[in-house]
Amino acid sequence: MNRKKIQVLSIPYVIWIIGFTVIPLLFVFAKAVTSPQGAFTAGNLIAIFDPVHRKALFLSIELAFISSILCILISYPVALILRSSKIRNKKIILFVMILPMWMNFILRILAIQMLISKNGLINHFLSLLGLGKISIINTEAAIIIGMVYDYLPYMLLPVLNCVLAIPDDIIEASKDLGANRFTVLTKILIPLSLSGIGSGITMVFVPSMTEFVIANILGGGKIMLLGNVIEQEFSVTMNWNLGSGLSVTLMIFVLLTTLISGRTVSETDKGFVI
Amino acid sequence: MIGKILGKTYVGIVMLFLYAPIMVLIALSFNASRSRVLWTGFTLKWYTALFHSNAIMKAFGTTMALAFLSAAIASVIGLLAALAIYSMKRRDYKIMLFFTNIPLLNADIVTGIALMLWFVRFLPLGFSSVLMAHITFNIPYVILCILPKLETMDIRQFEAARDLGANSAYAFTRIMIPDLIPGILAGFFMAVTMSMDDFVITYFTKGAGVNTLSTLIYGEIRKGIKPEMYALSSVLFLLVLIILIVVNLLTGSEYKNSERR
Amino acid sequence: MKKTITIILLIAMICTLSGCKGSSSGGSLTVFNYSEYLDPEMIAKFTEETGIEIKYEEATTPEELYTKYSSGAISYDLLCTSDYMVKRLIDEGQAQEIDFSSLENYKNIDPKFEKLSESFDPGNKYSLPYFWGTVGILYNTKMVKEPVDSWDVLFSGDYSGQIIMQDSMRDSFMVALKYLGYSLNTKNEEEIKDAAALLKKQKSDVSSYLVDEARDEVVAENAVMAVVYSGEAYLGNEYNPDLAYVVPKEGSNLWIDSWIVTKNCKNTDAARKFLDFLCREDVASANFEYIYYSTPNKAAVDAMDEELRSNPAVVPTDDSIKNCEVYEAFDEKTNALYNELWKEIKSQ
Repeated sequence: MNRKKIQVLSIPYVIWIIGFTVIPLLFVFAKAVTSPQGAFTAGNLIAIFDPVHRKALFLSIELAFISSILCILISYPVALILRSSKIRNKKIILFVMILPMWMNFILRILAIQMLISKNGLINHFLSLLGLGKISIINTEAAIIIGMVYDYLPYMLLPVLNCVLAIPDDIIEASKDLGANRFTVLTKILIPLSLSGIGSGITMVFVPSMTEFVIANILGGGKIMLLGNVIEQEFSVTMNWNLGSGLSVTLMIFVLLTTLISGRTVSETDKGFVI
Repeated sequence: MIGKILGKTYVGIVMLFLYAPIMVLIALSFNASRSRVLWTGFTLKWYTALFHSNAIMKAFGTTMALAFLSAAIASVIGLLAALAIYSMKRRDYKIMLFFTNIPLLNADIVTGIALMLWFVRFLPLGFSSVLMAHITFNIPYVILCILPKLETMDIRQFEAARDLGANSAYAFTRIMIPDLIPGILAGFFMAVTMSMDDFVITYFTKGAGVNTLSTLIYGEIRKGIKPEMYALSSVLFLLVLIILIVVNLLTGSEYKNSERR
Repeated sequence: MKKTITIILLIAMICTLSGCKGSSSGGSLTVFNYSEYLDPEMIAKFTEETGIEIKYEEATTPEELYTKYSSGAISYDLLCTSDYMVKRLIDEGQAQEIDFSSLENYKNIDPKFEKLSESFDPGNKYSLPYFWGTVGILYNTKMVKEPVDSWDVLFSGDYSGQIIMQDSMRDSFMVALKYLGYSLNTKNEEEIKDAAALLKKQKSDVSSYLVDEARDEVVAENAVMAVVYSGEAYLGNEYNPDLAYVVPKEGSNLWIDSWIVTKNCKNTDAARKFLDFLCREDVASANFEYIYYSTPNKAAVDAMDEELRSNPAVVPTDDSIKNCEVYEAFDEKTNALYNELWKEIKSQ
């Protein structure tokens, strides 16, 4: 097959993109640069500098960033442990770890709320042990827990796939050459699994930025992320123009972040291997 | 030795973190009270009630039809697109990936309302409009699961087959597809999951009387989730667990075969 | 490969086609309502009795309902929404007049609602009351020692971190405005800003801003008190007998959710049958027992047992609503000011 012939295969997709991604996106852009009365304006795009929106944006970045880091810190040791363990079928562990994603997302977040609320199960358990209570519900910490919980599988998958795929020979060779365990980790394992970590970061960071349900349920409606502001503009205030404007800025912003981090989601090894 | 135990404990803690909420939901399906914050005793009545609830069973059917149909169509379009994108020159490749990423970047509500405004112009909202919306957000996941596989694939096998006289369709189905199957399956399952979980886009693109489990659950949050919903989730969860274990055992043995080869 | 594609495309086409049909058949109504607001068995019963098929759609908030309605994506025949949204739809010419004289069971509706509905449906031409109630405080009598009869408990700081407010701009402002002695429909900028300042000050004492989930939180004793709709109070009390509901003496919001027939409705005969069906005593009672919100249906109220009827959360007393007001729709400028301030409060 020559290249031209193969490229014909993309025709259905190109049609689909134009029909269902580009055209709806044009609607959004059109709303973003007009006022509710229909006049042209840049106000909706500049609105990101409004103190309320700016605060929400920075908070979104902060929480998404912390969640991404926590996901790496949790996932990487799991990958290393699984790598060195003698379990024959490591894929099954992988399965078991992504399985929770099959429970409805809202139900899972409600379950977390029940676990960490003031009279929740965790506090109940702690008081049985005679320990003090934790009070994290309706705080930023609760939102971070929710995000880490919900997006951890997105990090686990690529990281695990990457780390497990590193051939043993390389490690053996480096050990033969006198590398200690720390050097193996920093000089071999981590560099070789960077692509997995990279795609994991994007997969966690991007949805955390537009998220609003987690913030609503676990943040007790007291904490506004940019996703919440956009959602409010669309579904409560009904200022679709401002909502679109903020979405477009958010989109540009996320695109920039993914570019700066050196990779878009797709360029890295996503590694959803079953 | 101590390291081993520490390691196992660590994985155990992560598992506990991932499964604690699931266990809460399963426990709730056995709770006699309708309120999720009170435990008034053990019951199996929600499981029997579940199969008598027309609304839930119908929504379950719609959800499944939607998930598998949209994932299947997205897999076909996505597979073809991935093959094409893989063979593109760097510039085109980048452009295609840029557009592939867009549905992942937009807030759901923006995508949902934009699609609704667009669909209204040429299509009565119904099952088909939701299906198209789901295919739209599913394709990127499929492509993103298949592309890395293509990139690590040994293209020489395919060329060897061609040199040995196989026509390209034959070489494709016999050499490339088997290698791509893990990626395709992963994309497919990813798409099924995404489709089952989506609420916002479904809500805005669905027609009258079409309900998925997500839209039912969302409506119930305010007045309290119906216990039948926990029962259904638990059944579904166990079902998936069993299916995945079976699939895994099957592909696992294939995997060993291929290693032996 | 080609075969697979053909098959899948075929399936897709079949689905598309089957999705299209049905909307034009004679005996059907597309009904839009709040979620969990009508006993599904009553829909089945209506179809059984009249042969008219119901396509039932739900929304969680008036705004969501409006968005979906006004996009024109689906042609709804009947919809049920709240007072100020009813007004908006009537003002936009979206409603059809209802011929109340032809509704056999309309006599079951308490006549006092004609007066109460005046503020959003002058002359009572377009709307049929479905459920109504007040907004008040649901509190735990074990944890609150003094008698609660004023919004003051929410602002005194005595229950810091144990208060749940409504996650809705109108309802939260209403609480502050009423506490300050202003009208909940005020357009006076000073008064609105006063209320906003009060709410900002209160935020550190608020445990969370929720909607109807507030009930479960108070039931679970995660919070001591919450601002809720009266309809939530009855079930809250069923789950936790220590809970009590009060409409503060400063007054509150009286809300009415009403049905309107949209201008798109062609089958007005079927729509009339549906509305008449909803007014029937047995149907109104069944719907009442499905969610325990207050019903304007006098026959259904009379059919309740004494204990229910004397519960002020189920049947608000005339005394408790004497200081209450119904929401009016704001003009655009006032609306923008409220929204802006609410956003500031929430993101503080």
